[in-house]
Amino acid sequence: MKNMLERLRDGEILIGDGAMGTMLMERGLKGGECPESLNLANTELLEEIAGLYLDAGADIIQTNTFGGSPLKLASYSLEDKASLINRNGVSAVKKAVEGRAYVSASCGPCGKILKPYGDTDPVDIYKSFEVQMQAFAESECDVICIETMMDLKELLLALSAAKQMAPGIPVMTTMTFDATPKGFYTIMGDTIEKAARVLEEAGADVVGSNCGNGIENMVKIACEFKKCTTLPVIIQSNAGLPLFEDGNLVYPETPEFMAEKARELVNAGVSIIGGCCGTTPEHIRAIGKACRESRTR
Amino acid sequence: MELLKQISENLQNGFDEVVVKLTEEAVEKRITPEEIMNNGLIAGMNVVGEKFKNHEIFLPDVLLSARAMNRAMEVLKPLLIKEGIPVRGKVVIGSVKDDLHDIGKNLVGILLKGAGFEVIDLGNDVPAEKFISTAIEENAQVIGMSALLTTTMPVMKKVVDMAKAEGLYGKVRIIVGGAPVSKEYALEIGADAYSYDGANAVETIEGFFAEGI
Repeated sequence: MKNMLERLRDGEILIGDGAMGTMLMERGLKGGECPESLNLANTELLEEIAGLYLDAGADIIQTNTFGGSPLKLASYSLEDKASLINRNGVSAVKKAVEGRAYVSASCGPCGKILKPYGDTDPVDIYKSFEVQMQAFAESECDVICIETMMDLKELLLALSAAKQMAPGIPVMTTMTFDATPKGFYTIMGDTIEKAARVLEEAGADVVGSNCGNGIENMVKIACEFKKCTTLPVIIQSNAGLPLFEDGNLVYPETPEFMAEKARELVNAGVSIIGGCCGTTPEHIRAIGKACRESRTR
Repeated sequence: MELLKQISENLQNGFDEVVVKLTEEAVEKRITPEEIMNNGLIAGMNVVGEKFKNHEIFLPDVLLSARAMNRAMEVLKPLLIKEGIPVRGKVVIGSVKDDLHDIGKNLVGILLKGAGFEVIDLGNDVPAEKFISTAIEENAQVIGMSALLTTTMPVMKKVVDMAKAEGLYGKVRIIVGGAPVSKEYALEIGADAYSYDGANAVETIEGFFAEGI
């Protein structure tokens, strides 16, 4: 398969995948269970989900390793299995896609707050990410995606661990921003301008945003990123914040709605468009179709 | 008073060492611990809370101020107890059964302590019974529950139902929060309030106490 970054440089738009957590829950993952424990117990399930997103037209498929850093796994007493969990996560997607899509190794926050405002030493956080990144390198993923980050300092620790342990593997970094009356900020107070500048300097290959509060905000976020960086931009929006309807939680944004907004993301110059919480293979299919149409326009 | 103003200002800047030193100085100068707490520390935290709400400062700043508050309270607490002055109120918090996410709940705990409340943190994966029995044993006025998973949210309803059955309803206020939780859900299960973030939780709980619980 052609190098992903080259394709992005050539102006191609790539489609990401949708949610993992909701898919796992629909298939029996219980509340309180560690999602990454499935990487030890049921990799067929991971292959099945990767296959569904592949069929839906995703060019980049994420691994079930979001909470795979030892610090995060420690809340389930699984920290000793971190390396295996991450390697199995990558292998499962690799097996399912057989070179038809890029395998993107997902890395989420470690769940701790950094000193001095929190209680965890940055060195310990770095070491934890190091274990995860080494496993990604060993299992030869195509790209690493550090995502849903809210503290730029933590993101930089993960990025530096990735560059150190997995040199040569491109790294995408995405943060989650809240809309405030004063603009977009992460909960820790990082702006888009600062994130774009600092991450580009630190060697990120793709920058952008994921999760959030609906795709309409993401269009604004994308425009701001494009103003601040020459790097390719990735946007993986959730399907809005869940609503409580007749005793069930539903995500409000339909595949049609998100597809319509995905066109705006294309027009804004976004290079990779995918989904986050609440998005399904149907969302990805619709987004892919809309983006392909916009591409040829 | 100048000294109390200094305590408040240094607390707003998160200078914990200075706040502790000034608090000790105030005690030596025979300012009552209650006055130091209310007009120095809590006054400072109120400014911090207001600025946070207006997006003038962000979480790291709030956490640093809360830490300064906690450290100064360690100085004042023995004195407050000796004088029989009750602390601001007792709050039992935890993430509900089967939910192992605790970052949001931890923030609420830090901020509540920072605002001068006594916090009993039951951790995560807390069964409904534990919330109720702790609230009774500890004479707490508020139960705060967090859930990050849609599948664990029903435990919140169970706690509300148990509180009713135990006759706690109306005596102990119940507040819920977490990503999938909404105001509508809180109303539906009969909780007293919903909070969308840590600062809002503190504000809401302060409201409970202002209303006399």
